[in-house]
Amino acid sequence: MSDNATGSAAAERGLPPSEPGGVASFEEADRGPIRRMQEFLHRFPTSIPFIVLLIGVVIFSFAAPGKFLAPFNFSLILQQVTIIAILGVAQTLVILTAGIDLSVGVIMILASVVMGRTAVVYGVPVEIAFPLGLLAGLACGFVNGVIVTKLRLPPFIVTLGTWSIFGALNVWYSKSETIRQADVQETAPFLQWTGTIIKPYDFFSNTLGLDLGFLKGWVLNYGSVVMLIVAAVIWYVLNKTAFGRHVYASGDDPDAARLAGINTDRTLIGVYALAGFICAIAAWVLIGRIGGVSPQAGQTANLDSITAVVIGGTSLFGGRGSIVGTLVGALIVGVFRNGLALSGLELLWQDFAVGVLIIVAVTIDQWIRKISS
Amino acid sequence: MSAATPIEPAALVPALKARALNKRYGRVVALDNADFDLMPNEILAVIGDNGAGKSTLIKALTGAVSPDHGEIWLNGQPVSFKSPIEARNLGIETVYQNLALSPALSIADNMFLGREKRREDLIGRMFRTLDKPYMQKVARQKLTELGLLTIQNINQPVETLSGGQRQGVAVARAAAFGSRVVIMDEPTAALGVKESRKVLETILRLKERGLPIVLISHNMPHVFEVADRIHIHRLGKRIAVINPKNHTMSDAVAIMTGAMAPPLDEAA
Ligand SMILES: Nc1ncnc2c1ncn2[C@@H]1O[C@H](COP(=O)(O)OP(=O)(O)O)[C@@H](O)[C@H]1O
Ligand SMILES: [Mg+2]
Repeated sequence: MSDNATGSAAAERGLPPSEPGGVASFEEADRGPIRRMQEFLHRFPTSIPFIVLLIGVVIFSFAAPGKFLAPFNFSLILQQVTIIAILGVAQTLVILTAGIDLSVGVIMILASVVMGRTAVVYGVPVEIAFPLGLLAGLACGFVNGVIVTKLRLPPFIVTLGTWSIFGALNVWYSKSETIRQADVQETAPFLQWTGTIIKPYDFFSNTLGLDLGFLKGWVLNYGSVVMLIVAAVIWYVLNKTAFGRHVYASGDDPDAARLAGINTDRTLIGVYALAGFICAIAAWVLIGRIGGVSPQAGQTANLDSITAVVIGGTSLFGGRGSIVGTLVGALIVGVFRNGLALSGLELLWQDFAVGVLIIVAVTIDQWIRKISS
Repeated sequence: MSAATPIEPAALVPALKARALNKRYGRVVALDNADFDLMPNEILAVIGDNGAGKSTLIKALTGAVSPDHGEIWLNGQPVSFKSPIEARNLGIETVYQNLALSPALSIADNMFLGREKRREDLIGRMFRTLDKPYMQKVARQKLTELGLLTIQNINQPVETLSGGQRQGVAVARAAAFGSRVVIMDEPTAALGVKESRKVLETILRLKERGLPIVLISHNMPHVFEVADRIHIHRLGKRIAVINPKNHTMSDAVAIMTGAMAPPLDEAA
């Protein structure tokens, strides 16, 4: 109370709130409830997407009673967001460096075509075709990173260009031909493995003899498991390794990072290359989901991945954000699309809601960031 | 220790020396044939008006900017740093005027930025896991040693600190890792009286450890208190080096602003 009084008195006298040596008292003086909330969100930015997810779940439980809150429906949502979440993890890495990667979707498609066509059409053993696809993704990302750092061009422009280039390569290598599910199954079933269904209830009762009733009705696939592994590995890299610290520092303030002895170019190239590699893993999950290989698949994946990252609380200005946020962000997109559909609303309202979520998320981010200036 | 035997051949080789450094930014000549000499185990103050080129000089010496031409020697060996990492790897530690901290990272992360410590066990070697407890311990210890700030939480982001506290983190980092030369560009600019004293004490302690220190400062009492010699920078070049024992503060300011002719060829 008295702190607030002195703060406003100082403001009335037109004094600058902070003077050398008086900085500490300034921080005490300016603490209303809104300011405190701002500080809380600043410390725990991932709390917002969690709250939004919770609100969404509650609303749709009432809006679509019986249908939304069913294990089967949640399983469906999970399968629908798996690919977006994996691409979102790749996108998070790039956005943390204050960049953006418009080519994640097309890298995924190109990698899936390389895997599928090399194995099925050209008859190369899948033991070679699959790593070749991963390598293709890695190479695409590496090219992005090299252009961004060596030509010093904005990532938006670079990946807009490579989006087109990789897209052209995709048409060239795929000859715009789709590979049928049956053909993949016959020559390279490994590529479909990520689509294999797991029923957690059966799994635990068969292997451990446990009767876990709450798992009844859940249907997962190995794609979701792959997603969780990718997310866990990248979480580890970002939080527990020096490279991860350098990713945050390079996005936060690149000049300071360089002065502090970080090779920001190498960090950026590593980020884009790693992102490309993750897109190739998403390609594997994509083949599992649709069964075959289609050079036209996943057209909306690009923007959806950016949406998941932004709604998940990662700052487009770099240096701030988390993998957990992105996973929740992807879930939010899935829950809102699914919930609105089950509530009987037309498709256009899904897009409308996602758009609103993006703008609100960026607005909140801007507001939180004010605290550091 | 080495002060007891003042004239050794090694003592005559400057720890850091530069000749005819030039740096232009478009039309602005930030460095105009600037010379620089830092002798072993001395505290060299660098003073000069705003815009005189002091920060650019420091950046050129530490690889943060590449001079258009000019030569640099470290302990008599010619060097040319392409990045601050190279200077740092040779033991030159710098507190830049903008501090070079990463706002969103923690105090501990910032202390070890670019030289993170890995766990030494198998896990650390296989998965490159950082030894966070170690880094947190050392960071807390170094900050306490400096006595500059009472940190509640070594994991709090640097952006939640006041300007003075941030300066404390940057100074502690340089003091902790400098092994050949420590350079501080206006390290007390945002500090109060008490904190400034701590920084001056830190500088004197570094000298006791046998290191040479460069201190850029506008605070004449500080400069005259700790400096062995004073490098006066004006319009992009060194115009004099004076011994604080033979000159007053107003002399120094007069030379620095051009109101007084620089003394010729003083053996400091
Ligand atoms: N990155 C830069 N771009 C353009 N001009 C610069 C840059 N850095 C410094 N300068 C100019 O060079 C001159 C010297 O600056 P600086 O070295 O920072 O001086 P000091 O540290 O002595 O105040 C100034 O005129 C400044 O405006
Ligand atoms: Mg300066």
